[in-house]
Amino acid sequence: MAIEIHIPTALRQYADQNSTFEVGAGEVHAALNELTTRFPKLRPHLFTEDGKLRNFVNVFLNDENIRHLSGDELKLKDGDSISIVPAVAGGR
Amino acid sequence: MLNPDLSTIDLSLAEFERYSRHLIMPEVGVEGQKRLKAASVLIIGTGGLGSPLSMYLAAAGIGRMGLVDFDVVDTTNLQRQIAHTTADVGRPKLESATETIRAINPHVQVDGYETLIDSSNAMEIIEPYDIVIDGTDNFPTRYLVNDACVLLGKPNVYGSIFRFEGQASVFDATQGPCYRCLYPEPPPPGLVPSCAEGGVLGILPGIIGIIQATECIKIILGKGNTLVGRFLVFSALEMKFRELKLRKDPACPICGENPSITGLIDYQQFCGLDRGGKTSDLLDPSERISVAELHERLRNGRKPALVDVREPHELQISRLDNDYEIPLGNLETHIHELDRDQELVVYCRSGERSAKAVKFLKEAGFSNVRNLVGGILAWANEVDPEMPKY
Ligand SMILES: [Zn+2]
Repeated sequence: MAIEIHIPTALRQYADQNSTFEVGAGEVHAALNELTTRFPKLRPHLFTEDGKLRNFVNVFLNDENIRHLSGDELKLKDGDSISIVPAVAGGR
Repeated sequence: MLNPDLSTIDLSLAEFERYSRHLIMPEVGVEGQKRLKAASVLIIGTGGLGSPLSMYLAAAGIGRMGLVDFDVVDTTNLQRQIAHTTADVGRPKLESATETIRAINPHVQVDGYETLIDSSNAMEIIEPYDIVIDGTDNFPTRYLVNDACVLLGKPNVYGSIFRFEGQASVFDATQGPCYRCLYPEPPPPGLVPSCAEGGVLGILPGIIGIIQATECIKIILGKGNTLVGRFLVFSALEMKFRELKLRKDPACPICGENPSITGLIDYQQFCGLDRGGKTSDLLDPSERISVAELHERLRNGRKPALVDVREPHELQISRLDNDYEIPLGNLETHIHELDRDQELVVYCRSGERSAKAVKFLKEAGFSNVRNLVGGILAWANEVDPEMPKY
């Protein structure tokens, strides 16, 4: 099974410049865990010390924000994609 | 959809001709063109996003455009801020953008606000307009614009950019989520690099700005599906758009069921910034060194160890005689490479990242470490005029 995590430009410096990362996990949080185990520097940018997703980062499973998903809805199937979308302010 | 009184709006002969490609489209027609003429749009920031979007909106025949900017055109703006030209360097952006818009379409009324929009004036500036377009570059203003739009019931056409990536949406709390529903809090200062620090591909604000202009026109015409409740993420490198669903958060502090924010707040404080907000300003004088003093030290052979905390690609543009090259983001993991007993001078492009590095090293127990005030930019300005600036 192949699940792709999209790593946004602003966070790539903490993930050896990778734009995507393939995981084998069967659930979203496990997939994020797999990602931050591989790139530990990414972890503090995504999670608070007690493991909560930070308020200025959203994670989408396909097109749904995982904050609105629970239980079985967080299970992954082949071809799913996970997007990390941080707040970006640039505009000038 | 906006509901203007079109009975008082007339198109002149010159306008009929100018807008003829609109007029023959069933989705616009004479009624739609009158709607555009009756509409008023406030554009906050005339930089990367504001330039292209204001030019296209002017061409499209928006009746009244408000522009907010207090900045002056700088040479480094010209790579993307196409409302300003080489001859405009040093002029207020408001002046050059107004001229550009009037040259494109003299039928547009342009009202300028040469001011920093903040809690004291935002409601007053935004209130008279139908639609607000956010083309700013910092979190305090993003939250300010969001909150003012929610409180006044105005649609906020959102866009943001970084390097090769852009985001766009329409936040309209009267029918969907607001920016706070998506991001209840901004990142702490310094965590996310700005365009000035991280760079931006020149065409990217063109693409995202034109998406904002498109959404603005659709809202005015009442046609199509706007980005309300949807978030577009664009990658120029992949040439891909991803579309994400946004939902209104019932617990949103401003547009939720029991809002705790009922008026504008202090956005500098909310975003963790002190007034002025720069780490470099907070350093003790003993933690700073001027370029003149460093120059003097190099000339008389008492060179401190130079720590360059810029990114590798910046080193290709210019560099001093570095002893250490460690990008700010890697400082924590590479701190053991530095000698605690050595005299260190830390620098970056403008002295802000290096100030953070100095603060970090001090907290880590380094005693003899100073920030090069103004960074390599000041070095190029004051010591070495041959050095390229960026
Ligand atoms: Zn909200």
